[in-house]
Amino acid sequence: MNRREALSRVAVLVGGSIVGAEFFLSGCKPGDKAAAGLPLSAEDMAYLDEIAETILPATSTPGAKDAKVGAFMNTMVTDCYEEKDQKIFLEGMGKLNAACSKMHGHDFMKATPEHRKELLTALDKEAKDYQKSKKPEDPAHYFSLMKQLTLLGFFTSEVGATKALRYIAVPGKYEGCIPYKKGDKAWAT
Amino acid sequence: MPSDTTSSVNINAKGLEQNSFDAIVIGSGMSGGWAAKELCEKGLKTLVLERGRNVEHKKDYPTTLMDPWDFKHRNNLTSELKKENPIASRCYAFEEASQQFFVKDKEHPYIQEKPFDWLRGYQVGGKSLMWARATQRWSRFEFEGPARDGYAVEWPIGYNDLAPWYSHVEIFAGISGNKDGLETLPDGEFLPAWEMNCPEKHIAEKINSQYKGRTVIQGRCAHLTQPKQIHLDQGRGQCQARSICHRGCAFGGYFSANSSTLPWAMKTGNMTLRPHSVVHSIIYDEKKQKAVGVRVIDANTKEATEYYAKVIFLNAACLNSNLILLNSTSNRFPNGLGNDSGILGKYIAFHEYRGNVNATIEGFEDKYDYGRKPTAAMMPNFRNVYKQEMDFLRGYMVHYSAGRSNWQQGYDMDGIGEDYKNKISEAGQWNVYMMMQGETIPQEKNHVRLSKDQKDDWGIPLLITSIGYSDNDDKMVKDFLEQGSEMLEKAGCKNINALDNGRVPGNDIHEMGGVRMGKDPKTSLLNKWNQMHHCENVFVTDGASMTSVGNQNPSLTFMALTARAVDYAVGEMKKGNL
Repeated sequence: MNRREALSRVAVLVGGSIVGAEFFLSGCKPGDKAAAGLPLSAEDMAYLDEIAETILPATSTPGAKDAKVGAFMNTMVTDCYEEKDQKIFLEGMGKLNAACSKMHGHDFMKATPEHRKELLTALDKEAKDYQKSKKPEDPAHYFSLMKQLTLLGFFTSEVGATKALRYIAVPGKYEGCIPYKKGDKAWAT
Repeated sequence: MPSDTTSSVNINAKGLEQNSFDAIVIGSGMSGGWAAKELCEKGLKTLVLERGRNVEHKKDYPTTLMDPWDFKHRNNLTSELKKENPIASRCYAFEEASQQFFVKDKEHPYIQEKPFDWLRGYQVGGKSLMWARATQRWSRFEFEGPARDGYAVEWPIGYNDLAPWYSHVEIFAGISGNKDGLETLPDGEFLPAWEMNCPEKHIAEKINSQYKGRTVIQGRCAHLTQPKQIHLDQGRGQCQARSICHRGCAFGGYFSANSSTLPWAMKTGNMTLRPHSVVHSIIYDEKKQKAVGVRVIDANTKEATEYYAKVIFLNAACLNSNLILLNSTSNRFPNGLGNDSGILGKYIAFHEYRGNVNATIEGFEDKYDYGRKPTAAMMPNFRNVYKQEMDFLRGYMVHYSAGRSNWQQGYDMDGIGEDYKNKISEAGQWNVYMMMQGETIPQEKNHVRLSKDQKDDWGIPLLITSIGYSDNDDKMVKDFLEQGSEMLEKAGCKNINALDNGRVPGNDIHEMGGVRMGKDPKTSLLNKWNQMHHCENVFVTDGASMTSVGNQNPSLTFMALTARAVDYAVGEMKKGNL
């Protein structure tokens, strides 16, 4: 995922460069054409909505489903992913369901919220372990892609940016040092 | 009239009159806008030629008021856009929100003999729409450098020649900054400075107290922190700290030709702005021994037209100004206008941005900032200032900023569910980013020239770029990476990571030279007034004119050189010398 938008919060443009851009930029490389299976069906997007909601559930603030993250994933995977990542993502949708059957004996869509969380916690660990050991040129883990898109889709959505975070389109001024206490929401941009 | 492959239109007496102006400005960007404003204010009927479309302030900034969720891809590039634009998409400012202002790779090809990212903005306002807005005066050390160290021809002007013109452009453009009293970075006419955030201030204090000759200051930039009447008169307002500037600013908070110089010139009634006008060449009259006009190809119809004027300002941006001169051939100047010395297109230099240092800093968990500051802290060059002391020539400016990570911290954090969501919705650690902006040495071999067999859609030869790094650049990067890491360590930073990002020349968007100023017509093309030694009614006042490149962000210097050159040119016209 290209994280330029997020960068604006922590890096500053000073001429020919974002300070530290390379620290963040990765992924979202050019592809030839959409892999078979894209764009996704409404059913697929509903499935992704549930995965995203398990990662970022509605709490005292809205969750991933409120931000229509499933539909956003479809857009991003179709338009911004290169073909090899499209394949990993699409195959991952099947793998996730298979892992759910193995763990809980039924499809993800039929699983309880507790079972979903248990599964995705295990997959998160699996992806993290894989990420640590993989070489840079090795393919990404499908769950890493899903998690990344969930975060991007949610926190840059209107409900995510304005309800889960604080968003001010026109700050009007800059103050360098203001107090912050634990629990305060971060700025969205 | 020169012999040329492009057929000129038949001009009858009426056409000649209709196509005649006092002055022609080629290019409407950073320096062209200034030429237009100054010429029009002095009463000259001025034609401004722009090869791209018109972009009107506010009206033509389609994304300026859009929120992140208004973008289909949340401001990410599609794989198709990236694939079709490997050059443009490497630019930090090329986004879903701003890509409409960048030249697409396929539209305007060029030939890279060595890797060179040529980033361009073909529209009214040029790159002044998307620039990074950091504005520092040169000091005497940059002007004196070439003569002292012998790495380039001597500058024909010094700091004192340009100082009043820096003031002139700063007052109008609106530059924020502190009066820091540094010999290496002279003060100017400033609006209130931006404020450092807590870690930035802490790092500044640590560096300033532990190093002699190194002083961190708040960066100076072309933002209206507190507009004055002259800015309100331009229809501009206070910067709103949104920091999405390269989309064009609905508030006119930063300086651009579109928001400032061009509407000002238009208001005089003396400016004719002609978009979609690709300049083919400058027309040289051998009897009159001067330039008489400009040959223009309409970008859409491909029709050729000639326009005439007493004086011509060339502000097409560095490499295109080189291209136009190289393509302006005649019996008198078979190798390009004014090019008796044979050095036209040579000694191109740029800024070195290959070094980055990233780190984290602890101890400010109870601090945050409000708003989005559109600039960074900076430290003027501290290498080889008073004498040559390193194993490389010249030096570099350092920029850094600090910011608290937000939701993106979740990318590398374990977990899912409610606790995870709550945690990444809070402000994370403070990150520090430092970068260099180094001076590169003008070398004869770093050059541009015209293709002999390939032309663009307008019948103009393609440009060949042959521009690369040198051993000096490598040594400078190494020094910055060591010094940057050491400074951040002494400031108490952790997880320090220094890297050579490997970017290619051109990606800095600070290319300069090729039509350099100098004292001697044998080794330079322009005199101390940016006037061609051998074609006195042609002035080149954009980056092409630079004898050396300094370590400061260059636009402010182009603006000041332009205003100064116009003042001289109009004076000479009044005296009957042009």
